[in-house]
Amino acid sequence: MKKSIILGALTIAGLSAVAASAATVDDVKARGTLNCGVTTGLVGFAAPDANGEWVGFDVAVCRAVAAAVLGDATAVEFIPTTGKTRFTALSSGEIDLLARNTTWTFSRDTDLKFDFVGVNYYDGQGFLVPKALGVSSAKDLDGATVCIQTGTTTELNLADFFRANNISYEPVPIETNAEAIQQYLAGACDAYTTDASGLAASRATFETPGDHVILPEIVSKEPLGPVVRHGDNDWGDIVMWTLNALITAEELGVTSANVAEMVTSTTNPEVARLLGTEGDLGAMIGLDAEWAKRAIETQGNYGEIFAKNIGEETPIGLARGLNAQWTNGGLLYSPPFR
Amino acid sequence: MSTLSDPPEGSFRLSMLLNDTRYRSLTLQAVAAIALALALYYLYSNLAANLRAAGLNISFSFLGSSAGYDINQTLIDYNSQSSNFKAAIVGILNTLLVAILACITATILGVFAGVLRLSNNWLVRKLMAGYVEIFRNIPVLIWIIIIFTILTAVMPGARAYLGEEPERGLIGGIFAFTNRGVYMPAPFFTNGFGGGEGSGLNWLMLIAVLVASFFGARAVTQSANRKQEATGVRPNTLLINLAIWLLPLVIFSLIFGLSWDMPDPLANRFNLQGGIQIGAPLIALWFALSIYTGAFIAENVRAGIQAVSNGQTEAAAALGLRPNRVMSLVVLPQALRVIIPPLISQYLNITKNSSLAIAVGYADITATLGGITLNQTGRAIECVLLLMLFYLVISLSISAVMNVYNNSMKLKER
Repeated sequence: MKKSIILGALTIAGLSAVAASAATVDDVKARGTLNCGVTTGLVGFAAPDANGEWVGFDVAVCRAVAAAVLGDATAVEFIPTTGKTRFTALSSGEIDLLARNTTWTFSRDTDLKFDFVGVNYYDGQGFLVPKALGVSSAKDLDGATVCIQTGTTTELNLADFFRANNISYEPVPIETNAEAIQQYLAGACDAYTTDASGLAASRATFETPGDHVILPEIVSKEPLGPVVRHGDNDWGDIVMWTLNALITAEELGVTSANVAEMVTSTTNPEVARLLGTEGDLGAMIGLDAEWAKRAIETQGNYGEIFAKNIGEETPIGLARGLNAQWTNGGLLYSPPFR
Repeated sequence: MSTLSDPPEGSFRLSMLLNDTRYRSLTLQAVAAIALALALYYLYSNLAANLRAAGLNISFSFLGSSAGYDINQTLIDYNSQSSNFKAAIVGILNTLLVAILACITATILGVFAGVLRLSNNWLVRKLMAGYVEIFRNIPVLIWIIIIFTILTAVMPGARAYLGEEPERGLIGGIFAFTNRGVYMPAPFFTNGFGGGEGSGLNWLMLIAVLVASFFGARAVTQSANRKQEATGVRPNTLLINLAIWLLPLVIFSLIFGLSWDMPDPLANRFNLQGGIQIGAPLIALWFALSIYTGAFIAENVRAGIQAVSNGQTEAAAALGLRPNRVMSLVVLPQALRVIIPPLISQYLNITKNSSLAIAVGYADITATLGGITLNQTGRAIECVLLLMLFYLVISLSISAVMNVYNNSMKLKER
C-alpha cells in the first residue's frame, strides 16, 4: 500500500511536462496536420457544412496555411473555441493558429504575449434590433437590455459607448453566438451587439431577416485577424505572408482558376515571384517554391474567399466596404512580394 | 531454560528502519511525504519556469485597475469604472445570495418530499419517489438551462407590459412576470434620521426593531409555557404576539415614511423601470439548484426517519399523539442527528454548483472574476487561484457553522 504511494509520487515526478518551445512549423510538419482554432460556429466565417466539413472565411485562412506548409489544404484539425477559451488554447499550444474573428488590440498583442500577423477583416461593432421597436439610432437605446457575448472586446466597447453617451443599459452576458441569438429572438433582450459582420451573418439565419435592422452606428474599430504565439517569428512570418499572398493574388488578378496557367504564362515579375517561378521567396520562410501557389489554388484569392463565404451573393450579404483592395478605396494593402 | 527478556536498549541500528516492524511504517511514511513534497515542488517550479519562458509573471495588480464592463444584477453600487476587485465582490455577493436562497428552499422542499415519500398514501408516495428519481438523476446544468429556456420562452416579453394601453396590465397593479425576470415594488423610506432622505441606516434600524420583536415574542411564549406547566391551561398568545410583531413595524413605517417604488410601464419603450427586478437568470438558477438538491435532501431525510426505530413511533402513538405530532415531536428530532451530516455536504454542493451560473448569464464570482475579468486581463492563473481560495473559504465556513449546529443536536450522553 505504502509502496504504491511512493510509486505514484515517482510517476508524477517522472512525467516531464515542460512545454518545449520548439518551432511551431516543425511541430506542424512532424504532426502532419495544422491545429487551427476557430469559432464554435458562425455561419460564413467558420461553421461545419451539411457534410460536416468546416467552411468559411476564417476557415479558408487555416486551409491556406495548411496548403502552404503541408501541401494539403485538408490537413487541418479544426478546434472550436469560445471567446473565453481561445487565448488559453493558443498560449498552451493546443492550437498553432487562431483564426477566429479576434480583434487586434494593444493589450492582447503585448500583455497576453500574442502576435497578430495581419487583418483579414476590418470590422466594427454594431447593434441588431427588431424593426418593431422603432429604434433608428444606437443612442435611442437608453434603458434597453442588450445581449453581449462575454469575453470579447464588444463587452468593453458597449460599456464605453453607453457611458460616453450618458445613457443606461442592462447587459445580458452570453457565452456563444447561438445562445445570444436564441435569447434575442425570445425577446429576453432588446438588442444584440457584436461585430457588424457577425450580426449580418446571424441575421441571415433568421426566419424573417427583414424584421430586424442593424443600426447605423459602428461604435468601435474591430480589425480581425489571425493570431499566433509571440516569440515564434518564423511561424508568424509564414502565416502573415500566406495571408498577404491571398491579398496580393487578388490585387494582381491571380485566381484559383487561372493560377496554373499564370505559372507558365505570366510576364509580371511580382506574379512570378509570388508563384515561385522566379526568385526563392519560399526558401526564405523555410517552405518550398510553390507554397503560395498551393494556397491560392485550393482556396482562391482574398476576393474569391470573400465572395464565396460572406459576399453579397451569399445569404450573409456583406459588401466589401473597408475590405476592398486599396486600389478600390479599401484598406487591404499587402506589402510587396520582393 | 532461558528466560525471555526485553530487547537490549540503545542498540538502534540504521538497518532497523527497514527491518524492524516498529520503524518500517514510519520510514515508508517519511519517504512518501518527501516524495510528495518533491513532486509538488517540481510541478510548481515547472509552472514558474514555463511562465517565465512565456514572459509572464504572477501579479495581482490587475485587481486594482478598472474593470471596464457592466454587470446586470448587483447588490452593491457598481459601474464599469469600478475596479476588478469590486467586480469580484459583486460576484461573491451574488454567489452568496443564490446559495443562501437555494439552501433555504432546497431544505424546505427536501424535508417535505422526504417525509411524504414515507406516506401511507400510495399516490403521494409514488409522486415523491418520481420527483426524487427524476430530479437527482439529470445533471443540474441541464436543469438550469431547461428552466431558463422555459422561462424565456413561456413568459411574456417585457414589452407586453409597456405603454399607455399595454397588452397586459401589471398583476394586482404592482407585479410583472416577464421573460427578463419578475418586477415588484421596492420599499424605501422618505425620512432619514434627523431629517433628510432615508438611507441604509433606516434599514439597520428596521432590522434592530425586528430583532427586538423576536425576543419580545419569545418572552411571551416562554411565559405562556410556564403558565401552562403551572396551571395546565395555556393562555392564548396569538393576539399579543401579533401586536408585538406588527405594532413596532407600523409605527416605524409611519415615522420614517415608508413608501413604495412601483414598476413604471411608461418610463421607456424597452423595460419596466423602478421597483425591484429579480432577473430571470437568478430565478432559473435558484429554482434549478433548489429542486435538484431538494431531491438529494429528501433522500437524506427519508434515511434519517427510517433510522429512528419503529418502536418510537409506536410508543408515541400509544401515548395518543396524532401522526403529525408523532412526526414533529418524536421522529424528526431524533432523525435530525442522522440528517444533518449529509445535509452539510448538500449545502456545500449548492454553493459549488452555483458556479454554473454563467450558463444563464448570472453574474456570480465565476462569471465576473473567473470569467470576464480573467478573459479581459488574461490573468488566468491568478484569477483561478483566487476563485479556488474563495470557494475553499466559503465551503469551510459553511462546514464549520453546520458542525456547530450538528454538535448541538448530537445525542448528549450523560
